[in-house]
Amino acid sequence: MPDTIQPRTAPNVFTRDHLDWLPWLEPLAEAELTEKHIAALVDPARAKSDYFRLLARDPDALEHRTRTDKDIFYNTDAGAPRADRELAAAAVSRFNGCIYCASVHARFASTYAKREADVDRLLAEGVGADLGERWNAIVAASVALTAIPMTFGPEHVQRLRATGMDDLAISDIIQGAAFFNWANRLMLSLGEPATKA
Amino acid sequence: MTDLIDTLASIVPGSALDAARARRPAARTHAEASYQSLLLPAEPGDVSIAERFAVAAYVTGLHRAEATHPHYAAGLAQHGGTALVKAVALAVVETLAEGPKGHFPPGPLNAEDTPAPTFALSAPVAAALGKRLEAAFAHAHFLVFHPRDAAADRFRPLAEAGWTTDAIVTLSQLVSFLAFQIRVVAGLRVLAATP
Repeated sequence: MPDTIQPRTAPNVFTRDHLDWLPWLEPLAEAELTEKHIAALVDPARAKSDYFRLLARDPDALEHRTRTDKDIFYNTDAGAPRADRELAAAAVSRFNGCIYCASVHARFASTYAKREADVDRLLAEGVGADLGERWNAIVAASVALTAIPMTFGPEHVQRLRATGMDDLAISDIIQGAAFFNWANRLMLSLGEPATKA
Repeated sequence: MTDLIDTLASIVPGSALDAARARRPAARTHAEASYQSLLLPAEPGDVSIAERFAVAAYVTGLHRAEATHPHYAAGLAQHGGTALVKAVALAVVETLAEGPKGHFPPGPLNAEDTPAPTFALSAPVAAALGKRLEAAFAHAHFLVFHPRDAAADRFRPLAEAGWTTDAIVTLSQLVSFLAFQIRVVAGLRVLAATP
């Protein structure tokens, strides 16, 4: 690595702070990105990201991952509110131990829900934190889907239904939690978080 | 149009979950396209189709993913042969564990550390898989059960077994995508069965 990079420290607690991410494998260089790579990034601005330029080594896998991600989290046609989907992402990240992913989605969850204290409790105490019944139900469902063996059962669906969620909302929680089992494994294994330089 | 997640989750056209999936059309389309591009790419590049199905059969086996595993075991039989199916099944039995486990960076989170499950294959199973798949399975086992034990030097055994950087990215995407697909299928099956 160039010696102009400032020394940084790896975060050792869960946080809502903005973090950087440093790759362990060589990303494609910006200059070598073809039209196919740029299309796979979906957002051309992601050409500045080491993470996305590393994933661009398999452009089809990157593009379909990204479009799946965006629809699960950003599609505003009914279903679970964005805050609930982000909470599922943050809870899975906390449980798997992805400090970087948890930081991003804890910020989103707290922004959309305006519940910074509850999100901080999840980060500090873990997935057993008491966040009120609706969020407890979402965290419990997300954890049950993440554990191996999976423990997700009818009781988790019934608990979500009791908070007023319909099939679409519950399927949003399922897809959001499932997606972070994808995202966490990439973020955790291909590089590491660092405090901002 | 019915896709693999519909098939594995037993979602039929016109059902409530068919309607719910239709409200997230891009997720539906691109989850299927992810499957196609990671398991059955037109140009397999540095990772053969048989290797992809071997990893998939192993990962779904480690998850005890009853609804998903048979699809990949059948795909492996088709693309890799029945001897490989048998070797993968034995590898699952020899390395089964629970997750998520692992260690946090030095600091207060070490109170939550849990021992990493070990990965050890018997000599006959390792020989049946070959060097490339043995290295891929060791990496998949870590990604499935204790991904927070990540480290830069985890790529060295893969590189030594002939995995290029492009192939390592594909392998990482494959295992991670399966972690998603397995959970969507399992979750939607429970949802459909719970009025």
